[in-house]
Amino acid sequence: MAGPDVSELQTFEHDVLVIGAGGAGLRAAIACAALGKNTGLVCKSLLGKAHTVMAEGGMAAAMGNVDSRDNWKVHFRDTMRGGKFLNNWRMAELHAKEAPERVRELEEWGAVFDRTKTGLISQRNFGGHRYPRLAHVGDRTGLELIRTLQDHGVHQGIHVHMECTILDLLKDGDRVVGALGYWRETGRFVLFKAKAVVLATGGAGKAWRVTSNSWEYSGDGLAMAYIAGAELMDLEFTQFHPTGMVWPPSVRGTLVTEGVRGDGGILKNKEGKRFMFGYIPERFAPETADSEEEANRWLKGDKSARRPPELLTRDVVARAINAEVKAGRGSEHGGVYLDIASRLPAELIKKKLPSMYHQFKELAEVDITTDPMEVGPTLHYFMGGIRVDADSQMTTVPGLFAAGECAAGLHGANRLGGNSLSDLIVFGKRAGDGACDWADKHDGGQIDNEQVLSIIRRATEILNRESGANPFVVQENLQEMMSHNVGIIRVKHELETAVEKLQELKKEAATAKAHATSQYNAGWHTALDLRNLLISAEAVTRAALLREESRGAHTREDFPGERDEWLKYNIFIKRGQDGEMVVEKRERAPGPEGLVAIAYSKIEDLESGAVGAEVK
Amino acid sequence: MATRTFRVWRGDKDGGEFKEYTVETQPGMVVLDGIHRIQAEHAGDLAVRWNCKAGKCGSCSMEINGKPRLSCMTRLNSLPEGTITVQPLKTFPLIKDLVTDVKWNYEQNKRIPPLKPRAREADGHHRMMQEDVDRVQEFRKCIECFLCQDVCHVLRDHHKHDQFVGPRFMIRLAQLEMHPLDTEDRIPKIRKEFGSGWCNITRCCTEVCPEHIGITDNGIIPMKERVVDRYYDPIAWFFKKVFGASNK
Ligand SMILES: Cc1cc2nc3c(=O)[nH]c(=O)nc-3n(C[C@H](O)[C@H](O)[C@H](O)COP(=O)(O)OP(=O)(O)OC[C@H]3O[C@@H](n4cnc5c(N)ncnc54)[C@H](O)[C@@H]3O)c2cc1C
Ligand code: SF4
Ligand code: SF4
Ligand code: FES
Repeated sequence: MAGPDVSELQTFEHDVLVIGAGGAGLRAAIACAALGKNTGLVCKSLLGKAHTVMAEGGMAAAMGNVDSRDNWKVHFRDTMRGGKFLNNWRMAELHAKEAPERVRELEEWGAVFDRTKTGLISQRNFGGHRYPRLAHVGDRTGLELIRTLQDHGVHQGIHVHMECTILDLLKDGDRVVGALGYWRETGRFVLFKAKAVVLATGGAGKAWRVTSNSWEYSGDGLAMAYIAGAELMDLEFTQFHPTGMVWPPSVRGTLVTEGVRGDGGILKNKEGKRFMFGYIPERFAPETADSEEEANRWLKGDKSARRPPELLTRDVVARAINAEVKAGRGSEHGGVYLDIASRLPAELIKKKLPSMYHQFKELAEVDITTDPMEVGPTLHYFMGGIRVDADSQMTTVPGLFAAGECAAGLHGANRLGGNSLSDLIVFGKRAGDGACDWADKHDGGQIDNEQVLSIIRRATEILNRESGANPFVVQENLQEMMSHNVGIIRVKHELETAVEKLQELKKEAATAKAHATSQYNAGWHTALDLRNLLISAEAVTRAALLREESRGAHTREDFPGERDEWLKYNIFIKRGQDGEMVVEKRERAPGPEGLVAIAYSKIEDLESGAVGAEVK
Repeated sequence: MATRTFRVWRGDKDGGEFKEYTVETQPGMVVLDGIHRIQAEHAGDLAVRWNCKAGKCGSCSMEINGKPRLSCMTRLNSLPEGTITVQPLKTFPLIKDLVTDVKWNYEQNKRIPPLKPRAREADGHHRMMQEDVDRVQEFRKCIECFLCQDVCHVLRDHHKHDQFVGPRFMIRLAQLEMHPLDTEDRIPKIRKEFGSGWCNITRCCTEVCPEHIGITDNGIIPMKERVVDRYYDPIAWFFKKVFGASNK
């Protein structure tokens, strides 16, 4: 393709283009359609297959159906504490307040959650959540969410473009006015014009070897926003979920839901010791059980007992497992044991955790109703992402919005389980509303042919190149490198090595070839993803290097412990004028007084009304 | 080092052939891992659909040794020794290699009248008992892998795509009809437009369902019964509905 004629490209025009059809993208598109907008929805896979489908445990919303002491303030406090107070105050507030109504609305659209004895939506316990708060359907809550939104969405007049990958955004001056993509099936290019664009593309976990994430998680949204001039933030905070499968190698990293621990599962080392009692951080000690006896009482529903230490936040549990393995007390294949078999009757395990039962039975030949699972940390979630305005979800680039895992702010330094699915529906809707509001006030801009052509050139070069790097090999090298140097425990010299290696990998990636037709060509797709993976990986590494403390999911061996000084800053990443990556820390605006008081309050004071009663 | 040979269908709508590839194996390897090794080492442009690699998204359906299965959940050591044959789903038009065009399924879904819930209770809640939603939840486990659609002879051999929505959408209909909050009536459409009469209860769909959903016995047969009830004896149906003996 030497010089294709842009006017002959297949072109779609929408008021709002939503890129990504997971929970966030679908919810955003539904919001746009509800406001009567011509809405386009693009996704790399088939509809209903996005990452959201894999979510297991549940979605957090303080409905108080199971424990009436729950309310938005307690949820807000848990979220801030889990995020080590680096969260965006306003987002944490909106999320806690709006999640219950967003969940109830799903029921209206056909979701069928597990029920309480009185017929309400049931809620389960999860790490870091003080009360049972996660609306769920067994261990397949993500499937329920995505299918509900999908089945509702297809009747709202949304234009769905499946198996279409967006390569880059198009700008008119400062503003985003469209995007260019290709169809996986044919490899043909397609142009989208839009007054506003919403990114809902998820994270970039595929830059690591051991991860719970799928191939789609190549950081496309992060990279496209970055190239378009948007700011990224908080990227040093990558969540390692404590319990991924460790054996066999084929499934290393595949998730084992936290629901196993929520339902009573316990962690043991090879000596059979329930080791989490030895890893309770001071801040959580007053609210955590200090004996097995107390933990067991809690599980039976004794409201005076405190929570078992297995349900501490993910950063704490992941580090504890890591430490046990390092100390030589790990399991046969380098993990620890997660035991539900000795805690619940076999029938109940099958009923409450059916997909875990099948996953282990079919993939590891382990029967979890009789034997313990072997588990270890796996890269799971990006707390960081594109910087957005809390209320409208607009990025720092006009006309460009972001929601869901690709956006930053809600989770701070560490996300609580279940707070992502609720994030998707709360901020997916807000992003849709925000984008519509923008579209009402602005015309469609001009498409710049030169931008279109240069994106097409970059993509087609890979197909035309006769010699060069094997994209699969470059990707594997990147994954290996990141797992080794930018893992759960970080240290200066390894992070510096990573920065150097990333420069080499970038050079290799620039020569990647996939010499064949463009029709459903996996090598080409992988080669195209490399740029995005590399930008995301570099952003994480540079931010991790700058933050000289350990907070939440970011642990520096050379700077142990939280440092008060660093609580003042978020780290931002932006593309410099010469295309270099600029990393800087910037001071945070102080939180509103009332919210600060709630976040730092003792739970007794919050519940007695001594603190926070005036906050509405 | 142990190895395994795969016979993989390569081609598009204009034709193609089986090609053999040999890759090294690791403990616990599944068929999809094998395909990925082939892509990385022998054929970078080999087309395959997949996402979760954990049996949750239903993308990686193909025919393995002649049987429709999820390739990410099929362990090599569960297959008989020797070459493993993999080919695309037969019931849908081929796009390339192992990828077929399943859009038809998405069109069927759009035709199905969505949930029409009754009003919420005064306190803003909907109340449903667990025992009343159990059967609905069974159908909602469906991951849309379309293996049941692939194997159903009405579609596979008789190509009645314009008259029968297939087992996947029969259980979607059943799920809506049995939903405790629903107030819509889809029975006439189930009979006419969605073609419940085409199913002759061979249960092939149920056999291949990776989610072990009782497609035929729990979903299709009750729908067929409701159709028969209605059209055989509409009065009885009316009484049931009005006086609350209905299954809703
Ligand atoms: C195994 C697992 C279990 C989890 N369990 C839970 C849980 O129990 N509770 C919880 O709250 N969270 C859970 N999470 C996290 C949560 O599922 C995700 O964070 C969330 O689903 C992300 O949703 P999203 O809408 O942001 O993006 P996704 O659902 O990932 O969707 C991204 C979409 O963007 C599209 N896309 C990406 N790039 C492009 C491009 N270039 N062009 C076009 N389209 C593109 C993709 O095709 C896809 O449609 C879990 C995650 C995993 C991996
Ligand atoms: S039971 Fe009915 S739907 Fe299922 S395969 Fe047989 S004919 Fe098709
Ligand atoms: S009913 Fe079963 S076989 Fe059919 S699409 Fe759903 S999960 Fe697949
Ligand atoms: S890849 Fe998701 S079911 Fe196989």
